[in-house]
Amino acid sequence: MSKLPEDRTENVFIDFKKPYTTSQALAEANRCLYCYDAPCITACPTSIDIPKFIRRIANDNVRGSAQTIFESNILGMSCARVCPVETLCVGSCVYNEMDIPPIQIGKLQRFSTDRAFEKGWDYFEAGPDTGKKVALIGGGPASLSAAHRLRRFGHQVTIYERDELLGGLNTTGVAPYKMKADASLTEVEWILSIGGIEVKTGVEVPKDISWEELRAEYDAIFVGFGLGKDSYLKGDNAEASGIYGAVDYIAKMKLEQLDVSSVKHAVVVGGGNTAIDAVRELLGVDIQNVTMVYRGGEHQMSGYVHEWAEAKKENAQVSWRSQPVGFVETDGAVSGLHCKKMDEHKKIIEGSDFEIPADLVLLAIGQGKQGDLMSGLPGLEIEWGKVVVDEHGATGCPGVYAGGDCINGGKEVVNATADGDVAAQAIHTFLTGENNG
Amino acid sequence: MADLTSNTCGIISPNPFWLASAPPTNSGRQIMRAFEAGWGGAVWKTLGQPIQNVSSRFGGIQWKGNRGVGFNNIELITDRSLEANFKEMAEVKRNFPNHAVISSLMVETKEEWKDVIKRSIDAGADGLELNFGCPHGMCERGMGSAVGQEPAVNEQITSWVKEYSSIPVLVKLTPNVADIVPHGMAAQRGGADGVSLINTIKSIIGVDIDTFVPQPSVGNKSTNGGYCGVAVRPIALHMAASLARHPEFNIPVSGIGGVTNWRDALEFILLGSSSVQVCTEVMLHGYRIVEDMIDGLNNYMDDRGFNTLDDIIGKAIPAYSNWGNLDINFETVAKIDEEKCIGCNRCMVACHDGAHQCIHPNPLGGIIPIVDESECVGCNLCQIVCPVVDCISMVEVDNGFPEASWNDHMVNGVNIRPKKGSHGYDMPDMP
Repeated sequence: MSKLPEDRTENVFIDFKKPYTTSQALAEANRCLYCYDAPCITACPTSIDIPKFIRRIANDNVRGSAQTIFESNILGMSCARVCPVETLCVGSCVYNEMDIPPIQIGKLQRFSTDRAFEKGWDYFEAGPDTGKKVALIGGGPASLSAAHRLRRFGHQVTIYERDELLGGLNTTGVAPYKMKADASLTEVEWILSIGGIEVKTGVEVPKDISWEELRAEYDAIFVGFGLGKDSYLKGDNAEASGIYGAVDYIAKMKLEQLDVSSVKHAVVVGGGNTAIDAVRELLGVDIQNVTMVYRGGEHQMSGYVHEWAEAKKENAQVSWRSQPVGFVETDGAVSGLHCKKMDEHKKIIEGSDFEIPADLVLLAIGQGKQGDLMSGLPGLEIEWGKVVVDEHGATGCPGVYAGGDCINGGKEVVNATADGDVAAQAIHTFLTGENNG
Repeated sequence: MADLTSNTCGIISPNPFWLASAPPTNSGRQIMRAFEAGWGGAVWKTLGQPIQNVSSRFGGIQWKGNRGVGFNNIELITDRSLEANFKEMAEVKRNFPNHAVISSLMVETKEEWKDVIKRSIDAGADGLELNFGCPHGMCERGMGSAVGQEPAVNEQITSWVKEYSSIPVLVKLTPNVADIVPHGMAAQRGGADGVSLINTIKSIIGVDIDTFVPQPSVGNKSTNGGYCGVAVRPIALHMAASLARHPEFNIPVSGIGGVTNWRDALEFILLGSSSVQVCTEVMLHGYRIVEDMIDGLNNYMDDRGFNTLDDIIGKAIPAYSNWGNLDINFETVAKIDEEKCIGCNRCMVACHDGAHQCIHPNPLGGIIPIVDESECVGCNLCQIVCPVVDCISMVEVDNGFPEASWNDHMVNGVNIRPKKGSHGYDMPDMP
């Protein structure tokens, strides 16, 4: 796998949530009520036994604590950093009912999993070879999670990744104040250390290898290739320089060194979490004016309330109910965004045109769906570009499974991880007839 | 303002809070600072032939992040000269004539006892406390708990002391005995004016799991020490109350063991202690803890219209009874306040695994469990584990059976109610 450059734009960021010291972790772990049938477990897509891992921290069994996490979620280290815990486990902690600060489950999970990485604790080994071969398309969290589980069952696995780096958006997309690219790659190495996971990078499916070829070579296929390219806006001067897809631009910040010193006014179009991340990241690299431009009002945005609250604290500006209709350019470079105001039903108000100065524009208005890339597979259903699967991740095409953003249209790392794990267990049953339990 | 003046067998102090004989009373300087902070009395760190101590000396139990929930030590009596100690004692009394200074003593021969008693009285001590309790080190030399565990020796040495002492004598008892009563009675027979208890409990506080040396470690060895702190309070309360309620035991008690605040101290007072001694909590937090002990006790007494300590000393003694006299027909059941319940289900798992299987998921759904009152034995476990204050209450049920104790039942054939508690259910599936 190719290495990251040392010098990257994301390096200027520090952790938004600082890691716990041992004293802090013990104090927090000892607050946990150790609920029976705890709501935090139910809220976790990977169903980590949270009270169990927290009690193990309190009991000075951090090794066992991390194992509890990894048994349910092999990406537990990155999920500890990137999960929207405020809306998942932490949000469901019973302490909320008492108006007492909920247990900081993410920070405790980070404490245990960081310790496991530091100490090099080794928990897993591959199962005895079953002679079965599984191809995993895409090298992000869904495939990594599936690959690890399949290796524990003893199946041979091969990951096909279009790009050079594994980890998917964990490597190229996570806000750097949550996790940097090198941490994601460390996790990838750690997952691969179970052994026997073959990785083929720079291979695009089905362009470089067709579904027919894959089906002939492998006993089962898992598709976890996420979403496609950023969507772009049409309109005047859409070809001007300085206009980027947000996912693309964030990847550059994480993997390269960008020069943003000349940017005075940056604009991010969109109201989802990618938009909020982009706003906070641009503010973080010291761009003075960063404005989010969104078609709806504050209560309509799909980004998390807690993330937007932080962006506001960091001095994010915003233009609500604003629909970009084109760009203004000066000497071939973007210099502004041409917008119209919208009413509360997101309908354009005619004659309400205005301009926002912008020498950098990031478009966070969605990514293309890639389900159509699978349209040749018999029995497979696609709905709105998303691959249709049952509760085990099985598509309509026997032996073909899918999970992650390509089935849900873009959710969290933890959802992709859970999908990969569920599908791996179903694949194991499909290949061996065994119900692993 | 209630009058907190305390009188323990003639030892008068402005309040019932004394520092126990221990490191907080090592020196005159310390004791004067303690009196300035508000302590009513101080029992001097035990005086005797100076000894040599080891390092380390203390061990603490950490529990759920709290340090020092239990505590032990392997320190011996004073390691400073008798001359220095008595000189400072006189200075303390000159500066604080109205505070109680009690001289704690531990020597071997009758002549030595005579000497240290005279010097204590000359220094102005208000009373003596005979250390018959230390359970480590000194007992290996035939003193401390070696005396306290032998009623005949206890009685004899107490009588020697009474022969020479013109001031009140307290005998400090060791809890390292099967039944405290014969030991309190021995002190009374020897002429003691009062007893103080408990001294520390023989203990090993822990083991270093990396070095395989028990704690506190002295190089590569350790020894058993004396256990104290919050964790010992129930044991101390029982022992102090056992003497206070005994019909033939007629001398005052100074209560010691795990007192951290006014409420703990009040419990000793309600179970018959005239004064209360504190060490561990001071070692952990300093002399300043006495401020709230005074304030809290005052507020408690004012709220309830108690004017002096005599109004409350021993007030809970009549209710301390033998099991055979308890009313078997008295019945309570647990009630869960649905408004307060947070759905942690700790009560349910505790009831199923640790009690009588009568708290279940609500069959109608929701996060709030229900109590099967027909099987609830009223054991309190659910209330104890519930993290929400006043969410689970134990409510009395009128079952129609008149009061009846086991003794009534056995002697007079009085009817007792049918038993509850099914012992039948498996852990239910959560809805």
